[in-house]
Amino acid sequence: MIKSLKVLHHPLSDSLYQLALLEPDLDDSKSSFKAKLDEFGLFPLKPSALEIFQINLGKMCNQTCRHCHVDAGPDRQEIMSRQTMDLCLQVLKNTEIKTVDLTGGAPELNPDFRWFVQEIKKLGKHILVRCNLTIIVANKRFNDLPEFFKEHQVEVVSSLPSFTQDRTDRQRGDGVFEDSVKALHMLNVVGYGQEGSGLILNLVYNPAGAFLPPSQIALEKEYKKELSSRYGILFNQLFAITNMPISRYLDYLLTSGNYEMYMDKLISAFNPASVQNLMCRTMLSVGWDGYLYDCDFNQMLDLKVSASTSQHISDFDFEKLKNRDIIIKQHCFGCTAGEGSSCGGSLSV
Amino acid sequence: MENHYYNSKDLDKFGNIAEYQKELADKFFAYYGEVFKDSHLTAKEKSLIALAVAHAVQCPYCIDAYSTDAYEKGYSEAQMMEAVHVASAIKGGAVLVHGIQMMNKVKEIGM
Repeated sequence: MIKSLKVLHHPLSDSLYQLALLEPDLDDSKSSFKAKLDEFGLFPLKPSALEIFQINLGKMCNQTCRHCHVDAGPDRQEIMSRQTMDLCLQVLKNTEIKTVDLTGGAPELNPDFRWFVQEIKKLGKHILVRCNLTIIVANKRFNDLPEFFKEHQVEVVSSLPSFTQDRTDRQRGDGVFEDSVKALHMLNVVGYGQEGSGLILNLVYNPAGAFLPPSQIALEKEYKKELSSRYGILFNQLFAITNMPISRYLDYLLTSGNYEMYMDKLISAFNPASVQNLMCRTMLSVGWDGYLYDCDFNQMLDLKVSASTSQHISDFDFEKLKNRDIIIKQHCFGCTAGEGSSCGGSLSV
Repeated sequence: MENHYYNSKDLDKFGNIAEYQKELADKFFAYYGEVFKDSHLTAKEKSLIALAVAHAVQCPYCIDAYSTDAYEKGYSEAQMMEAVHVASAIKGGAVLVHGIQMMNKVKEIGM
């Protein structure tokens, strides 16, 4: 089993170490993300609305993907408690937040996952689950997840970095592609991805290497054609996501000698038009322990929201959070490169 | 003077050719951009053609650029190598087919 950086006591499991490494050299201050925003009059970055609550249910996962920004894996023990889930439900009840995005690790591994989904649904919120697919076939007790998702009209978002086994397994582990195909079939059987079913199944592409994603539109067309003709699999949309230079992907960039080239690529591909649609402007990220962040990436770098009196779900203050300055660092270039990137894919299509 | 003819960082400076002749450079880059857009051939297909041509013309800048671009666009290692073999076959064929010219000349002057 591949171990997480944290269990290996790797220096990159320390967020301060990562942040120091990502900082530009003093003589290269023009390459800072803040300087870029300043150049286009986009600093400070502010929220535009609060529409999505992304909740990390824990870092435990049945996979150990090479690019994982969460450093998730079977050896991670951090898991959201029912008490913290209760606090999230209170906030959801008292705000206009429309969408709840459940992520992890594998969120389904949280023992209270199903209860939480049921409670969120009772509040009339739209639920999105970031399902790694293989969890569905990992154990008999998860085989009914497609039915459970269907029953609660959950939107499923799943990573599949390629329609070929080779690239998928290289990034996500041996056997992942084959299990993913099985799981996609199971989702299709209950109606996911089928026209007119109302059951949404979106896939996520992210590059298996040190490069940026190609055009999302072209890639989606190709995925649809290849997955349908090779495996009879249907899905709704493909989201092309840029890999963030943090955690395990940062480790990969450094050990493969690609770090400088990749950062130069992200910086030179800065697209000011992507800034207005950045996901941090419409979402809040909740950590497994209830702390609040501007996005999932800031969460993994321990960069809590700037609203100092509302940094935990137990102190949730909607007004303060709405008016906060979003915390930015060098990794943010990952969301503004080329067509832009978010948990919902490219920002310019 | 550099002590070698090729520097990989020069690829990033390609646009600088406009410093000495802007009008022609602008026209070239506009044309270049148009050529690689999705049209009757997809941008992905064009990338693989460019990779093969890059090898045929033995341009190290182009090989770097289109190895990256073709891989980014989803071609596998085997597909990319087959494209290089196509370039090789055409180049090799181009040499060999001239053998006919050689034969013609030899038959013309020989007894």
